[in-house]
Amino acid sequence: MMNKTRPAVPATGPAIQAKALTAVRGTRTVLRGLGFSVPPGRITGLLGPSGCGKSTLLRAIVGTQARTTGTLTVLGRPAGHPALRDRIGYVTQAPSVYDDLTVRQNLDYFAAVLHPGRAHRATRATAVDRALADVDLSDRADALAGNLSGGQRSRVSLAVALLGTPELLVLDEPTVGLDPVLRRDLWDLFHRLAADRGTTILVSSHVMDEAERCHRLLLMRDGRLLADDTPENLRRDHGAPTVEAAFLHLVDTANTQATAAAPAPVQEPR
Amino acid sequence: MNTARTLATAARVLRQLTHDPRTIALMLLVPVVLITLLRFVFDGSPAVFDATGASLLGIFPLVTMFLVTSIATLRERTSGTLERLFTMPIGKGDLIAGYALAFAALAAVQAALATATALWLLDLTVTGSPWLLLLVALLDALLGTALGLFVSAFAASEFQAVQFMPAVIFPQLLLCGLFTPRDRMHPALEAVSDVLPMSYAVDGMNEVLRHTDATADFLRDVLIVAGCALLGLALGAATLRRRTP
Repeated sequence: MMNKTRPAVPATGPAIQAKALTAVRGTRTVLRGLGFSVPPGRITGLLGPSGCGKSTLLRAIVGTQARTTGTLTVLGRPAGHPALRDRIGYVTQAPSVYDDLTVRQNLDYFAAVLHPGRAHRATRATAVDRALADVDLSDRADALAGNLSGGQRSRVSLAVALLGTPELLVLDEPTVGLDPVLRRDLWDLFHRLAADRGTTILVSSHVMDEAERCHRLLLMRDGRLLADDTPENLRRDHGAPTVEAAFLHLVDTANTQATAAAPAPVQEPR
Repeated sequence: MNTARTLATAARVLRQLTHDPRTIALMLLVPVVLITLLRFVFDGSPAVFDATGASLLGIFPLVTMFLVTSIATLRERTSGTLERLFTMPIGKGDLIAGYALAFAALAAVQAALATATALWLLDLTVTGSPWLLLLVALLDALLGTALGLFVSAFAASEFQAVQFMPAVIFPQLLLCGLFTPRDRMHPALEAVSDVLPMSYAVDGMNEVLRHTDATADFLRDVLIVAGCALLGLALGAATLRRRTP
């Protein structure tokens, strides 16, 4: 590792903390006053149906979302702070790699952005080889990214995020469209990263069975948080056998409350 | 700005192109073919070929780099790699300078090929030094890169990006003095042509065509083109946003 003075996150302090976080896209309010915290060194799952604001929340955390209000602190600094740029790994939903470069050339370039200059040549080579091994693509290193399968391309995208040994890894639906074996392998990797490298992982998904693999869960719907708890507590509190059942129970309860709170339709006087 | 990141970006852009040999071949050969075509179109009037040929040597790199840059930047935006880069420690200036450097290198080869063909195979008669022709061509390429970078911010798709070429380049082509001397245009158009950078690119080429040394006018033209290119690159950098809606 480079000998940089990094403001150490206190082991007890949260890796991410949000208070009254709101985001507006166009005329739509996508995030509505979110408040939550993500513990360091653990895997936190961000779950909810498509279009509920998961990607917007992740983009706000990595600092690419415009028009956000409220407080969002990431690794002890406001989200998007320049000092965070080599401490966070971000994987977008669609693989963001250069299709007209080989896997290794992609990694070489992003490694050069993280550790520029001749002095870091060895660091880069090590980081690239390790990232390739992490996502199990060492044998495809010289293939053009554009010629890979969808699952392989998304693993290249993940490998790029692992290059700088980030303290926080933000993953937007990394397992979509992957076969069960690959999905299991990736989840094993996430657990290794959290356990061995102390990486904080925030991973979004709309597949509820992945929720069971997380240490902690944020359940989202329509830009609001329905729950912020461990999978065990969620199942227990709602007397549900799975997180999915607990989520559905939460949604039903929220809907009933909304209907009860709304005033009864008044007949227009003629 | 960080030199190592700029150079890494330039190397990456060139590496991307090496996987696309057809684009490289088109970029390098089309100007040579077109200038050859022009030579035989004006077979009976070599003086016209001398005048327009020199101007075209400046216009080719501008147009090619405009197209290549606007599409390349658009791709960077739509593929998500731009968003990814902006979550990483790279400055906008590093990215823009990397692009400019890569395309300038390519433009140098393109301009060298076209100029050499025109001067030695097609007998284009130029009073001044071929190096000055190359210098103007290179600055034109930089100007094309800058303009392409700037307009790509306003294009949401490849279709739109390509349409910016007739919108941004063609008016300059009509008004730059290629078809008729600028002082013989309608005064209003002449005034417009006075503020369009391509006019100075063509003026600069014409100075080399007619004079043995770099004249004061030539220097002025070169400085204006270089200034416009830098301004365009700066504006292009300003259109890149780390935070997007």
